[in-house]
Amino acid sequence: MNTLVQRFSTTGPAAEIRKAKEVLGEEDDVVDVMGFGNLASGVPKFSIPGVPDPSAFLKMHTDDFADPSCRIKIKHGTTTLAFRFKGGVIVAVDSRATAGSYIASGTVKKVIEINPYLLGTMAGGAADCQYWETYLGIQCRLHELRNRERISVAAASKYLSNLVYSYKGMGLSMGTMICGWDKTGPAVYYVDSDGTRLKGDVFSVGSGSTFAYGVLDQGYHWDLSDEEAQELGRRSIYAAGHRDAFSGNTINLYHVKEDGWKFIGNYDVSKMHYDGPDGRGGYGYDLRVEGKSSANPPSSA
Amino acid sequence: METAFGITGKGYVLIASDTTAVHSIVKVKTDVDKIKELSPFLLMATSGEPGDTVQFAEYIERNIRLYHIRNNFPLRPPSAASWIRRSLADSLRSRKPYSVNLLLGGYDVSTYKPHLYWMDYLGTLAEVPFAAHGYGSYFTLSLLDKYHDPEATVEEGLATLKRCIDEVSKRLVVSPDRFKVKIVDKDGVREIEV
Repeated sequence: MNTLVQRFSTTGPAAEIRKAKEVLGEEDDVVDVMGFGNLASGVPKFSIPGVPDPSAFLKMHTDDFADPSCRIKIKHGTTTLAFRFKGGVIVAVDSRATAGSYIASGTVKKVIEINPYLLGTMAGGAADCQYWETYLGIQCRLHELRNRERISVAAASKYLSNLVYSYKGMGLSMGTMICGWDKTGPAVYYVDSDGTRLKGDVFSVGSGSTFAYGVLDQGYHWDLSDEEAQELGRRSIYAAGHRDAFSGNTINLYHVKEDGWKFIGNYDVSKMHYDGPDGRGGYGYDLRVEGKSSANPPSSA
Repeated sequence: METAFGITGKGYVLIASDTTAVHSIVKVKTDVDKIKELSPFLLMATSGEPGDTVQFAEYIERNIRLYHIRNNFPLRPPSAASWIRRSLADSLRSRKPYSVNLLLGGYDVSTYKPHLYWMDYLGTLAEVPFAAHGYGSYFTLSLLDKYHDPEATVEEGLATLKRCIDEVSKRLVVSPDRFKVKIVDKDGVREIEV
């Protein structure tokens, strides 16, 4: 019954897609042979499971809390951060992918290079972020060709937020920061799969975000030098990598300036703990306080 | 959300706790003292199940006092921590356990050492240089990894504690609006205004 209602209803995601297909004169269940689908057509086309409720279907096969033996485990657990300051935008992320308690990879690229002036970060579903941010890159290029002008960070992020909003309730999972430099200067936007889009100076996303915020907020101010800002980004991700079990392995650091983004480096979290970025003193607490004592004997004793 | 911090410094322990009593969605009281002064050199911050916290704290307080009267000498911090942990562990295995998380701060006058203990309702005991309970710990442990100094003066220690309180106020949803701070050092226990 529910199936019937959904199939012929005039509202809801299934109906929207049906309408879009009618507008485009497309037939149902066309096999996508181009890999990226009909991306250039402007209206994104995306195959959804041929079931009444796609998100319930997805949940049934991925919910590892209710059913640990399920076949598909979506990769979660991340720490990403981005902040705006005098010298541009710093983007720093960890590189761990976990599936339940298993570390599926320690070398994930969580910064997606959309184009030379735009970066996107990846938290939530790895595939969702990778696919839609690459797709966003294509649309940004088309904008450039059509308007002979680079897309603003505001417009790019809005394109993405509108896109994920159109899939709301269908199981997309993304928490991303779109970072770049446009006519207005450095810009950071937070976009997630709920459809939230926020402009701001400091953001951190993922399971380790609270730990990153703890260090980031306390060290942040607008007038940071480039070196100080890069160090703050690195130190904050280290803090999350150290305290959050679902974050870690390595840190990827990017700096966006007026002439586009630059990859600063990849840093091993354990190496940061023991040696630090330049081999002169690690970030680790035990190393930092070595030899220090809270004992307070009277000076005569 | 209930939050408590503890940090050690040169010859002292600072303990901070929020001061709100919550029932359902209502703040019932905003100046609750959740840090008990167990003995002249011992502080204990409690959080957890309403009712259990006060009952357990008072039980501990009376027994620590009884020990002091019987022996003419108070229980030293490591021994007090062990005894409190055992009390919690025994309670856990009873028909109606106390659900109480604790921070215990003490100054040992015979070794001149400050001690800070982190304890949870399961009877986990750890001596630590800094500690936090509740959601605040997610924001402040990383911060303390970076800023805590075991040889900090009281002023520096309070500045670090202020960082923790500021961070929790900034980032935690329904953050506590007031914290009570107490110190224990060679001069005993006392409250500090922040």
